[in-house]
Amino acid sequence: MEWLNAIVQGTLLGGLYALFAAGLSLIFGVMRLVNIAHGDLIVLAAYLGLTVTTATGMHPMAALVIVVPAMALIGYALQRGLLNQTLGDDILPPLLVTFGLSVIIQNGLLEVYTADPQTLNAGALETASVAVGGVALGILPLLTFGIAIAVIWGLQWTFYHTALGRAFRAVSDNQDIAQLMGLNRRHIFGLAMALALGVTAIAGILLGIRTSFDPSIGGGRLIFGFEAVIIGGLGNLWGTLVGGVILGVAQTIGAKIDPGWQVLAGHIAFLVILAIRPNGLFPRISG
Amino acid sequence: MPDPILQTHGLNSYYGDFQALYDVELDVGEGEVLAIIGANGAGKTTLMRSITGLLTNGPCQILYRGQDISRLRADEVAELGLAMVPEGRQLFPSLSVKENLMIGAQVGRKGPWDLKAVYDLFPILEERKDQASTSLSGGQQQMVAIGRALMANPDLILFDEVSLGLAPIIIKDIYEALPGIIGEGMSAIIVEQDITKALSVSSRVYCLQEGRVSLESASDTVSREDISRAYFGIE
Repeated sequence: MEWLNAIVQGTLLGGLYALFAAGLSLIFGVMRLVNIAHGDLIVLAAYLGLTVTTATGMHPMAALVIVVPAMALIGYALQRGLLNQTLGDDILPPLLVTFGLSVIIQNGLLEVYTADPQTLNAGALETASVAVGGVALGILPLLTFGIAIAVIWGLQWTFYHTALGRAFRAVSDNQDIAQLMGLNRRHIFGLAMALALGVTAIAGILLGIRTSFDPSIGGGRLIFGFEAVIIGGLGNLWGTLVGGVILGVAQTIGAKIDPGWQVLAGHIAFLVILAIRPNGLFPRISG
Repeated sequence: MPDPILQTHGLNSYYGDFQALYDVELDVGEGEVLAIIGANGAGKTTLMRSITGLLTNGPCQILYRGQDISRLRADEVAELGLAMVPEGRQLFPSLSVKENLMIGAQVGRKGPWDLKAVYDLFPILEERKDQASTSLSGGQQQMVAIGRALMANPDLILFDEVSLGLAPIIIKDIYEALPGIIGEGMSAIIVEQDITKALSVSSRVYCLQEGRVSLESASDTVSREDISRAYFGIE
């Protein structure tokens, strides 16, 4: 029963990792940009949530109404003002610039919020649980997993059933020809980043309710997000959810064997899958 | 001659440090079909990329209805009513046939061309509308590329090497459909290696040679000797 418990908890944790990863996957899919600052943007969203909740006394989940649009706006401005200038045939400039951005965000957060660990106070939601067949399921992890499914379904639907999604795919296929069709790629990229950071905002708030955070933890979230994307296969959002679940389960099983093994077990699962299937489990984009 | 819809004045285009076009002077009348011929590397595709805004040019080198469009981005040029059927078709592989056509309508210009009109012109596309565009034959892909450009309801449409890589029978079909397409008051520039085809559908012809205009003539009176001379640069 303890093992079953570990697997179930790991699966639910995977939902959070899928949320970390969805924004990364979206950005890479549309503009081939690897965003090294993604983890720090998640932490930034958590801190924005902290500011909103302390200033207004709102519940963190209600604060999403403010934090999601705020992060989307930051995303659009960041893309139009900075990241678009780095995109081109060479993949190195965006890597370097987002790495620099990561450093700036971390130090900015340190300056404003200090290095003290913080949490978002969600009251009863943090500890509430239901018992299902002898396994206690936390309401928050269940909610997180449900949100992850809804977000991925929503992104998938946007991609394949809306004019915006069509524009994303067209620009991803061939930027010049898309431009000829009247699509301004700079604007489309801005919208993609806005959407990605909107998802990141959800991930950041859920992270902040689940655990304590400080300005330095972005790198770790980035790695988990990357691993979920790679395990699932590039360009496949449902695969990303599976990747998140595999990572989550590996971590909780590792922690079950020895608490010190939690993070390591996830990395080992990632390396094993990478060795067996270098393109991930369900790749859609080659290369 | 009717008022020009498009004019170039001393157009110089560059790929990096390499100059591909030299002082190109060209004009297209309202409702006119213009042919541009020339050998590989003569600068035909560069000219198309310059006009559509995919290459940036010096100021005042390209005028569209008297408006300077030389510094505009391709999406801004498209909104003014200029569409292109690009060389090699260049459909969006991750979009279905129907989605490829719908992307063409993205500029939001009103006019006679919509999905139904394109399906009436090329009925096979309606049968294949939900297929991936890459699963079609070359000729069908060319129909999608033409339909995609028409969906923008352009006033000036550029055809870049529509016959390239297609079977002669398909080329014949496409050229038979062209007058019906262009007939609706649209102006067109047809870039073509097949000189006979180019002359048969156009009223005037320009020949490019090593980035310069080497011939400008009415299509029905131009002689084979003139074309050979302009094409190859030999006496």
